[in-house]
Amino acid sequence: MNSEILGVLVTLVLMIVLSYPLGKYISKVFKGEKVWTDFLYPVEKFIYKISGINPNKEMDWKENMKALLKLNVFFFIWAFVIFLIQNKIPFWNPAGIGSMEPSLAFNTAVSFISNTNIQHYSGETGLSYFSQLLVVGYMQFVSAATGIAALALIFKGLSQRKAKGLGNFYSLWLRSNTRILLPLAIVVAVILLLNGTPDTFKGPQTIKTVQGDTVTVALGPAAPVVAIKQIGTNGGGFFGPNSAHPFENPNYITNIVECWGILAITMALVFAFGFYLNKKRLGIMIFAVMAIVYLSFTALAVKFEVDGNPLIKEMGIEQTTGSMEGKEVRFGPAASAFWASSTTVTSNGSSNSNHDSQTPLAGGIYIMNMMINSIFGGVGVGFINFFMFLIIAVFIAGLMVGRTPEFLGKKIEAKEVKIAALIILLHPFLILVSTAISAYIASHNPNIGWLTNPSYHGFSEMLYEFTSASANNGSEFTGLNANVPFWNIMDGVIMLIGRFLPIIGPVAIAGSLAEKKYIPESEGTLRLDSYAFGIVLLAVIIVISALSFFPALAVGPIAEHFSIL
Amino acid sequence: MKDYIMKSLRTNLVLLFSTIIFFGVIYPLFIWSIGLLLPQQANGLPIIANGNVIGYRNIGQSFTEAKYFWGRPSACNYNPINAAATNLGPTNPVFLNTVEQRINTFMVENPGIKKSQIPSDIVTSSASGIDPDISPQAALIQIPRIAKARKIDQAVIEKLVDEKIKEPVLGPAHVNVLELNLSLDKLAELNK
Repeated sequence: MNSEILGVLVTLVLMIVLSYPLGKYISKVFKGEKVWTDFLYPVEKFIYKISGINPNKEMDWKENMKALLKLNVFFFIWAFVIFLIQNKIPFWNPAGIGSMEPSLAFNTAVSFISNTNIQHYSGETGLSYFSQLLVVGYMQFVSAATGIAALALIFKGLSQRKAKGLGNFYSLWLRSNTRILLPLAIVVAVILLLNGTPDTFKGPQTIKTVQGDTVTVALGPAAPVVAIKQIGTNGGGFFGPNSAHPFENPNYITNIVECWGILAITMALVFAFGFYLNKKRLGIMIFAVMAIVYLSFTALAVKFEVDGNPLIKEMGIEQTTGSMEGKEVRFGPAASAFWASSTTVTSNGSSNSNHDSQTPLAGGIYIMNMMINSIFGGVGVGFINFFMFLIIAVFIAGLMVGRTPEFLGKKIEAKEVKIAALIILLHPFLILVSTAISAYIASHNPNIGWLTNPSYHGFSEMLYEFTSASANNGSEFTGLNANVPFWNIMDGVIMLIGRFLPIIGPVAIAGSLAEKKYIPESEGTLRLDSYAFGIVLLAVIIVISALSFFPALAVGPIAEHFSIL
Repeated sequence: MKDYIMKSLRTNLVLLFSTIIFFGVIYPLFIWSIGLLLPQQANGLPIIANGNVIGYRNIGQSFTEAKYFWGRPSACNYNPINAAATNLGPTNPVFLNTVEQRINTFMVENPGIKKSQIPSDIVTSSASGIDPDISPQAALIQIPRIAKARKIDQAVIEKLVDEKIKEPVLGPAHVNVLELNLSLDKLAELNK
């Protein structure tokens, strides 16, 4: 057991230590300063030239958002069309995989443009290699870069004084792809390849096993897709069981690398904020607040899984290896719970174990992580969500000391607070309303066949699905048989709203702050990098999330936990 | 207005397709070309006997005969094309009954093994359905059955298992079932 805890600690140290220099690098990329990847500039220049983009043109927040949305419409059309006609494409489909049914194609296309990667299909039987590379693998770059670029716009907005420009979305987006995602993806892909993740265009192989059974082994160009899946908080697996599949995650070394990949960029972006605005202390304070929530929730989940399932203990089985249903022996319960918690605080959504089979409160923690959705969070968008909590905390702290709230030298006024409050309330609204609708339908149609598990756990399956959709996470309680039009369409609509409104709102706030005049710090200014503000911030996050979601959690995981005590 | 729409259409289309070529074709083909230098790994580490692929090192197989070490229960009967987990929740009666049955079956097929010796991994199913490994304890408690079926001294098999157990500095101890069984077969051949 000790080697398991040590494995988790090493992964954690690796994440934190590497995120600091990576954050410094990202800040330089955002500012367009000299970096070692400048040799890629000719490629970028070529793309700007043929598409007629002036990368130096400053655009205000509205122009930038229009650019972002338009490009995403094209992403959607590309993905949707290819999923509908993938069996008509004459190459890179050795298994002859058929096209998707329209509601599944809609769900999957939205899922990948919104960086969610909910999958209501299995990669082995649902996607051709063409779709895996030119749609799924591609979207895993560009949707992640969309989030990162949106955050870069906000950084610029916060540093501006009485100016409208937030930078150029196209240029930030392209450089997020080439300078941030690509180098990391290449490193991870090569490590995976060295450890036995397949990378071949051969189709599935039918073999006779040692005992004489005939089985079919799915192969494919998995290594490059799995790498970007981890790096861009995407999570859409090449194979059905995601990173629990021994091809997708062959051993403990690859597990450490993939798990690091989940948090690499999103942790680094917190430090990048500090470097970009020259507020390193504030960056570290925000990192600490996030780390407190992340580490305490993760430690609890690891403990529940290492302790094992009490109902199996009653049978007389000593769970020295912990709760093992839905887990892989090479990872064990500690690394599985650590991954599950990491993948849900960020909006990655990949998994190296089956979340549905974990102990009730561990499952509850994963749902809670996605409900908060701003502790590190998805690349770019996680910090954007946190930015909303910052605005609310500044407002509340300002009211408490009786001064006009200020954020980084800019007055926070009614307009900004209204937008922030609406964006924060959108998430519980989407989750709770849709879960209520589905619970109503499920309870009135007991034979509808959605749920694998009865009772409280069945409710958790539905709650998990919509939370994952709204948080753009993409992990699932896969016992939910979600590949039916109701879930495909509901999920799809929620993913779209949950993706784009929480980008547009905060960028609008940044645009409004950019235009305001700068008020230099004085004696009476609320210090954001102080312990007092850190505590207010933590309290705001916990109170808002707990109050909105506690009743739903009480009906699902918490009730299930008490039912077995 | 029309000019503006056409320009915007062109910009977005060119941007879309140029980046598809870069990130959807060139990037994966670059990684694939590195894979050409590593043919074993790029093909998923196949194991070849008499010219045929009989398995992949990291993909578990179904073993049901008494003379082999058994792997974990599987939701897809170890057919990798359908790789999946059971999705059964921790309090689901179906799950609990299944585990109870597996414990009883295991004790019947491995006489002399006490319930408290059975580790949880050998009576619960994996996340992938094709887990290649079991815990060292799950291997050790199968030795008496295999020794009897193969008519080999227990100590010989114990030594073999000992050699195959991996106890890494980071991560749990485990043993690869396919590798273990292949070396068992090799051992039997030598003793003939």
